[in-house]
Parts: sequence; structure tokens; C-alpha cells
Amino acid sequence: MSEAATTNEPAIAGSRSAVARRARPSAGRLLLGLGLAMLAILVLVTLLAPLIAPYDPSATSPNSLEGSSPQHWLGTDAIGRDVLSRILIGGRTTLFVTFTSVAFALVAGLVLGLVSGYVGSWVDEAIMRVLDVVFAFPVFLLAIAVVAALGPTVPNLILTIAIVYTPAMSRVVRAPVLSVKKWDHVEAARSVGMSEFRIVIRHVLPMVVSPIVVATSLTLAQTIFTVTALSFLGLGPPPPDPNWGGMLADARQFMELAPLTVVGPAVAIVFATLTFIVLANGLREVLDVGSDR
Amino acid sequence: MKADGQILRVHDLKASIVSRSQTVEAVKGVTFDIKRGESVGFVGESGCGKSVTARAIMRLAPEGTRVDLGGTVQFGGRNLLTVSEAEMRDIRGRRIAMVFQDPLTSLNPVITVGAQIEDILRRHTGLSGHAARERVIELLAQVGIPFPARRVDDYPHQFSGGMRQRVLIAIAISCDPDLLIADEPTTALDVTVQAQILRLLLRLREERGMSLMLITHDFGVVAGMVERVNVMYGGRIVETAGIDEIFRAPAHEYTRALLDAVPRLHRDGVSP
Repeated sequence: MSEAATTNEPAIAGSRSAVARRARPSAGRLLLGLGLAMLAILVLVTLLAPLIAPYDPSATSPNSLEGSSPQHWLGTDAIGRDVLSRILIGGRTTLFVTFTSVAFALVAGLVLGLVSGYVGSWVDEAIMRVLDVVFAFPVFLLAIAVVAALGPTVPNLILTIAIVYTPAMSRVVRAPVLSVKKWDHVEAARSVGMSEFRIVIRHVLPMVVSPIVVATSLTLAQTIFTVTALSFLGLGPPPPDPNWGGMLADARQFMELAPLTVVGPAVAIVFATLTFIVLANGLREVLDVGSDR
Repeated sequence: MKADGQILRVHDLKASIVSRSQTVEAVKGVTFDIKRGESVGFVGESGCGKSVTARAIMRLAPEGTRVDLGGTVQFGGRNLLTVSEAEMRDIRGRRIAMVFQDPLTSLNPVITVGAQIEDILRRHTGLSGHAARERVIELLAQVGIPFPARRVDDYPHQFSGGMRQRVLIAIAISCDPDLLIADEPTTALDVTVQAQILRLLLRLREERGMSLMLITHDFGVVAGMVERVNVMYGGRIVETAGIDEIFRAPAHEYTRALLDAVPRLHRDGVSP
């Protein structure tokens, strides 16, 4: 041990920036570890919700707007439903919509961003201008318009949010492709007769994965917020199935009588959002996105 | 193709690089030929059109630009400037291969060198699985990579510059091309490694009877490597001569100026 300490000393004493460089990855790892742990909790609780929820989330009882009690840890809502059970089960809807819509946005963004960035010229112009039009709308205005036109069902909500986040994802993919396609190994691959499709998949895509992973995590955080906000506004999945945004909307008018009915889903939303923000920051540090290397 | 026939005949090749803002006439009509098994050097300063000429033969354009080509490039009985892109892809890497200037950036950093060579074998020879792996190890051995069976699964960053250039050469010769174009293959390497790479190219050319088009700005590189030299200046070939002849009696004044630019020991008037 003492030997190791003495050999480490010159490196540490070397310079401040050397210390910073050595310390940074471990801070990033810590953040990433925290993010992954939070994600694990979120995913486990969501998947096991039907098993661990103490009550049927839709079962009403005469004991409405109760406070915390051994029977109902987070109390009951206006028509006597168990808040904890509704949060647990409601998370399934909210997170399902979030993950699925981001997955669609990711796939669409990958295809559009890769084609746009790699092919360039008028194809790039055409794709980016169309996406700009979508991008120009405020997220909520666009989402409200689409859901209002198509109806507030789960598939429509997913489609809407996927459309809303596709332009941002496409841009995140496209930007690094623009520089990677000029790298020598891409020309080298072309010089041995590789097809353009294969070059994109094997020699361009792997180079742009890191920023996409980080952006996806951040988009998940934003999407949870968007999903709950739309549900809050009544554009989410219809009742009686619970979801976090809808619960907040229902509880709003009784928040002075039963604060837990608001605090419960709000904490759940904050936890889920925070999970993906912490994860994104950890990934950014560990994958070294945004630095020169 | 006849044994001593010309493998490549380039006639009045013109190349204009068209980018969004401007058009640059990089090659203004060059005519030359390369015989089977022959080594030809292309020497000239930066921007004289030698690299564009090489890329024009392979129909490769710098990213973000279009290259308008004129003239003819006869290779294997066909004019490469008129064949389809799909046919061109079959020719690239299999009949004509290229070694690039910068070995540090010409390999994909996230794929093992073995897998990168295997890609080309699968693309052009249909070799795959165990047979492909055997062939990759054999190729690595041929270009002088020590312990090829162990190094095959290493990533490019685990190789030195010179070793990476050997890997690039292994990729280039993997499908037994008729013509190898080496574009400044030693410029990014230090001098002792340069000599090794040049000897390797020379040996491979002799073993395989392939033709070599060696592009460089350095007369020191072509000496002892090629039979003939084309000196390029301003998008044209200004002088073509045998290698001995060009060192003994350079005809064009630009050739003389280039030769004078090569530092030499014991030159008159320069005290050591």
C-alpha cells in the first residue's frame, strides 16, 4: 500500500489539470451508476406494479380523500381509490407511452438524420426543411393539435410525441454524420468497393452512437414531462385507467383537503424525470460527448 | 490481357472539382499508361493534381464535392469513366486498390483490424468464417506484422503508425489487385519506417506481379522504387522519363527545381 502511494504521488502533484482529468471519469461513473440504479428502480417497480400494488387502482371505496394511514400509505383520492396503487399502475401507462414514443422518434431520427447527413445536397435540404416546419411549432401546440384531431387514445399519444421529438433526434444524428462522412476511413472503405449502405451502417453509425445515446436519455426526461402535461390537460389516455398526469389533474381541486393526492404523482414524475437527466449526464461524462477527443 | 501489355491507359484525363461555391480544374488533360507489373511514379508538389488523378481513376470524389471527369481511362478492356457505379464498386478493392496517406485515420477505430480485412474478403471473394480468418492472418504475416494470429483481434489504436500502414497495405492487396495506387504512402511516417514500407511495397509488387502507381512529392521516395516517373505540375504531366534518365538529365526546368529541393549529402557548395 505504501509503495503504491509513493508511486502515485508524482502524478497527483504533477499538475492541477492532470488531477482534474483523473478525477472526472470517476465522477461521471458515479453519476452514471446513480442514474442506472434509479432506472433499475423505476423499471422494476413499473414491471412489478401489479404484484406490489396493495389495491385494485380502479376500485372505489366510501373513504374518500383520506390522509396517510396504515391501510392507505398515500391516502385515497376523491372517489376513495388508493393513491399508491394508482401511482404504481399509472406509471406503467406513462412510462410505456414515454418509452415507445421515444423509440419511434429515435428510429425515425436515425433514418432521417443518417440519410440527410450522409447523402447531403438536395435530399438533405428537403428533409431538413420539412423537419424545420415541425420544429417551428411549440411542442405543446403541435401535440394538442394532433391529439385533438386524432382523439386522445394511447396510440395517438405515442404517435404525437414521436412526431414532436423526431426533428430534434434527426438533428442530433445528422450533425456528427456531417463530419464523420469526411473522415479518411470512410473514403478508404469506399475505395475497396463497399456499398454506400454498408459504409453508413458499419463506418458512420458507430461513430455517432455516443451523442445519440445521451440525447435519447435527455429526450426521455423531456418526454415524461410532455406525456404527463398532455394527460394533465386531458389529452392523455382516457379514465378510469390511471396515469400520472391525469391523477394530478383529478387531484388539483382537492389539494388543500388531501395534499398527498397531488404530492404522490408529482414526486413520481420528478423521480422519473430526474432518473433520465442523471443518466444523461453520467453518460455524457463517461462517453465523453461534447469534448474534442 | 497480354503479359506485357498495358494494364491502364489514361488518355486526356480531365478532372474538375465542383463544390457549392466554385469549380477547380485540378487535372487538365493527362495522358499516360502503366504496363502490367510496372511501377510508375507520379511526382509533384501539393495541389499539382496527382492525387486527384489517382482518385479519378477510381472515380472517388472528395466528400461534399462532385468531380466532373473527361477523357478516357482504359482498364481491363473498359473505359472506367463510363461503367456503372455498381461495376465500379466491383473493380475498387479487387482490381484496383489504394493505399492512403494517413494510416492513423484510414482505419475504422472501432472495428478490429482483422474484421476490417475480412470485410473486403467477404465483399470481393465470398470468403467467410474460418477460411477468411486464416487468409487475414496470412495477409498480416505477408505485410510483416509480428504474431499475426494474436494481433488479428487488436484494434487500430493498438498498432503504431507504421504497423497501421502495413494493415492498410494488407487490405489493399487482400484481393490480389492488378493495380495498386499508393498515394503518399510514407508521408505520415518517420524516415526509418518509410524505408521499411517502401521495401514492403517493392517486395509485394515483385511477388504478385501487380502494377504500382506511386504518388509522392519526394524524389527520394521514387528513387529505387519505380521504372518511370511522370512529373506533374499545375494539373498536367510536364515530363515523363525513365528513373535513371530523370536523375541524370532532367529535361523540364520544373523537374530540375524539384530535384534541387531534395536534400542531399555531399552536395557541392554546401558545407557539412
